[in-house]
Amino acid sequence: MMPSEILTVILLVLLIVCAVAVNVVRDLLQSVIIFMAYSSIMAVIWILMESPDLGITEAAVGAGVSGILFLMTLKKIGHGDAGDLTDAAEEDPGTVRKEASGTIQEKEKR
Amino acid sequence: MKEEFRSWIMGESDPMEELLDFSQENDLNREERRKLTVEKLRVLQEDPDEQQKVARVRGRFTRFYYLVAVLSCVFLSCVLLFSISMLPQYGEENPRTTEVKDRYIEKGVEETGAVNVVSGMILDYRAFDTLGESHVLFTALICVMILLRIDRKNQRTGYEDYYTIRSDVYYDLSKDSILCTMSRVLLPAIVLYGIYILLNGQNSPGGGFSAGAVLGAGMILFSAAFGMQTADRFFTMKACKVTIFVSLAFYSFAKGYVFFMGANGFENHIPKGTPGAILSGGMILPLDIAVGCVVSVTMFGFYSLFRRGSIGMDVDYAHYSSKPGKAKGGRQV
Repeated sequence: MMPSEILTVILLVLLIVCAVAVNVVRDLLQSVIIFMAYSSIMAVIWILMESPDLGITEAAVGAGVSGILFLMTLKKIGHGDAGDLTDAAEEDPGTVRKEASGTIQEKEKR
Repeated sequence: MKEEFRSWIMGESDPMEELLDFSQENDLNREERRKLTVEKLRVLQEDPDEQQKVARVRGRFTRFYYLVAVLSCVFLSCVLLFSISMLPQYGEENPRTTEVKDRYIEKGVEETGAVNVVSGMILDYRAFDTLGESHVLFTALICVMILLRIDRKNQRTGYEDYYTIRSDVYYDLSKDSILCTMSRVLLPAIVLYGIYILLNGQNSPGGGFSAGAVLGAGMILFSAAFGMQTADRFFTMKACKVTIFVSLAFYSFAKGYVFFMGANGFENHIPKGTPGAILSGGMILPLDIAVGCVVSVTMFGFYSLFRRGSIGMDVDYAHYSSKPGKAKGGRQV
């Protein structure tokens, strides 16, 4: 086998591993990161299959923008820090509100 | 069993009810539901027969759900594998598609003036496809805007918007020195690369979509590293609207003109230029720029809307400096 063929086979195996891992992993954040890795591998495979323009698009959209959009969504639905903030607000609304308004006002002044 | 299945199909009861998560319900319903569940559990604890019955029914339904899930997955996989088996082998000469392919490869450079045959295909032979794709992106941006936008007319005083904007201000990464330094090094390269593949799309791999995606990713990195307020200086709602409108209108009119002339048998008098030069390929370069503008603005618009619910400085930040729950001109939730 040619070296490029061996590389293709290795990448395809990695692709399948990533595709399965996206579904199996419990944590959504890890799942998004594995999905971005999947897109990066796919971009290399596109280049090996001699379609570099698809590779560029896959790297920019799949590994970059869509991953970022997933991460923003995770933040919105309260995975991680944002969720902790909302929980804290439910337990003790007063302090968090005060703290929050203080931060925003400080930002305003600058 | 038959009776239970019938009532499940008719939507009267759900044997899996207690296993579902109801945390998304509002407070009143949640409280009522909790009371109901507590009552149910109390009855269950006292009655062993009822316990057995519920366990049996739930076990059956769990197995049923698993069975249906596995069967539908297997069915879908079979359909996909079957359709893959109908595809031609990788790299094989396929008689059904060679006709068009040969024409593109043999006459593409001569007819479109673009050395990159792919560019010639998507922006000359099949320019109508690309027009549709640009409009799909535009429509997607409008849909995200409808769902996520917060502006002066509909800004609310509820917790949801308050925390969206509060966390945007709080988690501003512009003080992160690693991100800032790396962006200073990487951003010029990314933007330059995007502009290169945008302007050289007719000669080398690239073109409107790839360049737009790269430029959009660069803009996202810029606004993440140097703050949304910095990005607001050049990218406002008005800039977004004007860019998308001008690009789509230019594309439609330019391509409509070419189609009209071609369909009526007039000679195409747009100069094709020397193949290989920057100014070659007739209309391909301007159309590439139009598509690139639409794609990059859409990418950045998605990011901006997801992050803080607006493109440009739409939101009155002072509105959110007071504590939530108190109406101040905005709509109460």
